[in-house]
Amino acid sequence: MSPIVKLDHVYKSFGSNQVLKGVSFEVAKGEMIAIIGASGSGKSTALRCIDRLEVIDKGTIEVCGIRVDSPNVDLKQLRLEVGIVFQSYNLFPHLTVQENIMLALRHVKKQSRGEAADVAIRVLDQVGLKAKADAYPEQLSGGQQQRVAIARSLAMSPKVMLFDEVTSALDPQLTGEVLRVMEDLAAGGMTMLLVTHEMAFAKRVADRIIYMHQGTVWETGPGEMLDAPKTPELHAFLNNGL
Amino acid sequence: MSLGHFTFTHLMYLVQSIGWTLLLSALAFVLGAIGGFGLMLARISPRAWLRWFAVVYIECIQGIPLLILLFIVYFGLSVYGLSLPSLVAAGIAMMIYVSAYLGDIWRGCIEAMPKPQWEASECLAFSRWQTLRLVIIPQAVRLSLPPTVGFLVQIIKMTSLASVIGFVELTRAGQIINNTIFQPFLVFFLVGAFYFALCYPLSRWSEAMEKKLNVANR
Repeated sequence: MSPIVKLDHVYKSFGSNQVLKGVSFEVAKGEMIAIIGASGSGKSTALRCIDRLEVIDKGTIEVCGIRVDSPNVDLKQLRLEVGIVFQSYNLFPHLTVQENIMLALRHVKKQSRGEAADVAIRVLDQVGLKAKADAYPEQLSGGQQQRVAIARSLAMSPKVMLFDEVTSALDPQLTGEVLRVMEDLAAGGMTMLLVTHEMAFAKRVADRIIYMHQGTVWETGPGEMLDAPKTPELHAFLNNGL
Repeated sequence: MSLGHFTFTHLMYLVQSIGWTLLLSALAFVLGAIGGFGLMLARISPRAWLRWFAVVYIECIQGIPLLILLFIVYFGLSVYGLSLPSLVAAGIAMMIYVSAYLGDIWRGCIEAMPKPQWEASECLAFSRWQTLRLVIIPQAVRLSLPPTVGFLVQIIKMTSLASVIGFVELTRAGQIINNTIFQPFLVFFLVGAFYFALCYPLSRWSEAMEKKLNVANR
């Protein structure tokens, strides 16, 4: 089966700073992959390139058969296939939780108000926040806001979901509730690619781990690779984290 | 201060002329808002020529006194056979003027919205226009209300300039009364008091909204 996401020798620079230096990896359907690495290793940039928030300089990226690196890529089609959740939640502060989720369903997917409302309640239930449907984002904790952001993305029924350090702004307790939601998603068969600093979570839940170092895929393997790193760089990275 | 020849009829004449001041203010504001909205869109457009057009327009109009715009539209056009009623001429001149300011004020409010809101909308497959209409503008409106109402106060006061092209609003009515009874202190004091009565509540409202906004952002 062809992969859902495929990066092939991807290069990306910001000015004179080369961030990605020939990154290649694949994500198969239903797989959950965690990208780890130090700040500046290019892991977030790689993720952003997949949703074409950054345009790459060289190489190819394919998502669900869409050539993301093509200059005339259909962005709307790409973004219907890909869901992304950010570190800073980015909920719409002027809308309630339910309206946040309904907005794209109604205006992009052209669903009726009733249909969209049903979908919103269903995904809110999935992240355990059905009771907060009428709350405004500012009335929620960070963990709850992030779960709403996941629900908002999930409601669009994407084929793959990207998570960009989604728990980095949260304290350990709130991190736990967000990770549980992500674990449920993975168990439900969602194809997921996440950039994370939660090593224990990555090791336990991810099918594969990609360790990025200085803009390249340095080491990759199943969760157990964290117990026995092959490269001194991963070894040092894991020890510094402790 | 003696009332002299100032009668109740004069007072009523002044009061009635307030209606014309308000009408011209409303016309200037509504037309200027339409033009200003278009200019704001042009100013943030991805198309360079539209942005360029908006910048040149705004810079030019902001550098010309409203009085001169009134002269151009009213006297200038009449030379070419297009003589407009003074209300229409004043309305057009003020639309040209007001849109340059509102366009600039609103562009600032749109640009003050956090970048991640654009990004999040983009990732939900919203088009640029949908993002503006559904996400950015509803949030920017709150930010834009205090400066917009503040500028409305300016518009009300600026309508007095239309008196020079013969439009009988509050200022012109005061001049007409003064020409017959020559009591400039009393007449123009009253005219000034009426402008104050129109503008002061708006200024306070704008101020109150701004305070509320600052508290919300703290």
